[in-house]
Amino acid sequence: MQNEDRNIKLEVDDTRYETRATTKFLKRERYKVKDPGKITAIIPGLILKLLVKKDQIVTEGQPLLILEAMKMQNTVNSPLSGKISAIHVSEGQKVLKNHLLLEIVR
Amino acid sequence: MSFAKKLIDFFTRKESAQVGGGVKAIEKQAAMGKLTARERITTLLDRDSFHEYDLFVEHKCQDFNMDKKKLPADGVITGTGTVYGYPVGIFAQDFTVAGGSLGLAHARKITKIMDHSVKLGIPLIGINDSGGARIQEGVNSLAGYGEIFYRNTLASGVIPQISVILGPCAGGAVYSPALTDFVFVVENISKMFITGPEVIKTVLGEEISMEDLGGARVQTEISGNAHFYAKSELECFDQIKKLITFIPWNNTKKAKPFPPKLPRPVIRIENIIPVEPYKPYDVRDVIKAVCDDSDFFEIQDRWASNIVIGFARINGETVGLVANQPLVLAGVLDVDSSDKAARFIRFCDAFHIPLITLVDLPGYLPGVDQEHAGVIRHGAKLLYAYSEATVPKITVILRKAYGGGYIAMCSRHLGADFVFAWPTAEIAVMGPEGAANIIFKAEIQSAENPDEMRKLKVQEYTEKFANPYIAAANGHVDAVINPEETRNYLIHAIKISENKSETRVKKKHGIPPF
Repeated sequence: MQNEDRNIKLEVDDTRYETRATTKFLKRERYKVKDPGKITAIIPGLILKLLVKKDQIVTEGQPLLILEAMKMQNTVNSPLSGKISAIHVSEGQKVLKNHLLLEIVR
Repeated sequence: MSFAKKLIDFFTRKESAQVGGGVKAIEKQAAMGKLTARERITTLLDRDSFHEYDLFVEHKCQDFNMDKKKLPADGVITGTGTVYGYPVGIFAQDFTVAGGSLGLAHARKITKIMDHSVKLGIPLIGINDSGGARIQEGVNSLAGYGEIFYRNTLASGVIPQISVILGPCAGGAVYSPALTDFVFVVENISKMFITGPEVIKTVLGEEISMEDLGGARVQTEISGNAHFYAKSELECFDQIKKLITFIPWNNTKKAKPFPPKLPRPVIRIENIIPVEPYKPYDVRDVIKAVCDDSDFFEIQDRWASNIVIGFARINGETVGLVANQPLVLAGVLDVDSSDKAARFIRFCDAFHIPLITLVDLPGYLPGVDQEHAGVIRHGAKLLYAYSEATVPKITVILRKAYGGGYIAMCSRHLGADFVFAWPTAEIAVMGPEGAANIIFKAEIQSAENPDEMRKLKVQEYTEKFANPYIAAANGHVDAVINPEETRNYLIHAIKISENKSETRVKKKHGIPPF
């Protein structure tokens, strides 16, 4: 990348500094508030077993699915009580980190 | 056997061991654009200075038909030699012999030259080019790695340790370079990763090339694992040679002084810095304006470039420089820049290299990503490293020194021996804009024209506080100096602190926030 393309204005304590961005700075992602009802994969792996069905009522702490990763079977528990509104994966599917697995509405 | 026969026998053995993996394997190595291990050593070291040991070492593995396999020199060449007359210990893994794989005998050759280098008090250069553990040797191969890591750690801060990645360096093997002081990589040749693209693909389904995962660019720009990037092996060797001239042989010695040279007159120091505190400039121009021959040897120039670190000479003496870089991210401190500078400060402190800090920063980089990445914990490394260092510490405040950034950049309060400030310095609790917005909040809000009032108050604050004289009045700054005098002040400060000694409370070791 050309140096000119990296020119940015960076604000620190109400002052705008004329400067250049690093590659890492340009690549950084905006922070998004996480919806606790959206269950995502905390580690890449394989959906070994789905333990719930769509529209099922679940309680906080109830096992939702088993995610096999790094040769370990990890149980993913529900962080809240509510209804399963969507399931985005099926058994035997490989998922990457942060893949949306299922959704729960309170 | 007659003497002549014994000699012939000796030469035959020597030759067959020295040829490594044979013509075919060597041709393959060349096809990858790589020199052989032996060529690398002889190219890097002074002509005819290399003396090899353990050429006839053999492995003792019996399993998987390994007893019938002869591996010349067991895949690693070790010895001692000189670089510009400076003594060094060296090892180079030979990829042409069983892919440079590491077995116990191979590892023991390395640990032997490591022990040797520590005893002799000479720097150690390790050239890595290996497919990894020699699987046939099983847990013995792991033992070999462990013994190397252990010695890397014990030798840390005793002799300078240099790692050169000239091929693959994967899995556990990466931790030897990671424990050493300087890591050199070469475009298209160096590959470093814990798990390779194949494993990542089968296990996780993520596809990435070796180069994008752990190539030279990635390691020098994104991860910060490597310190020096070169386009070719020859360029890399030149970088290593130059580095060797700046550092001492071991922690009981000082770096060898060079004949003093004046900076080149191209750059006039007073023309470098824009008066407006928000305008950028290249802080390396300031370094070049004060150091011998304007020769600045920058380290990790591609990563966290909002802070500049490297070696230079002032009046012939090696110094370590740490400088905020307003050209990049306004010179803010963040996770990476704190990490980068802290490690460099500890190297300088371990090897008696005086530290010069040039300050011009607005503070810490604001952002959720920074806070969540642990800027508190990483930022603390910088404060720890500066406070802990007992080498002469000289600080020059060029322009902005605000808030926590002012304290962190080797302020008087962290034990700086000399703090100088240019008349352009602004030493304050925060930038005038921010400060005025807080202090005069009520006045600004209730004013008929808030923008006018804000401008007025910012100006008022700037005139009163954005200067070096309040800090100087309190003794936090030792002298406000004409920028032109900077080099003279530095020369004197280094000379006068030659016998600096600082006694600290005895302890086993501190607990730095790493």
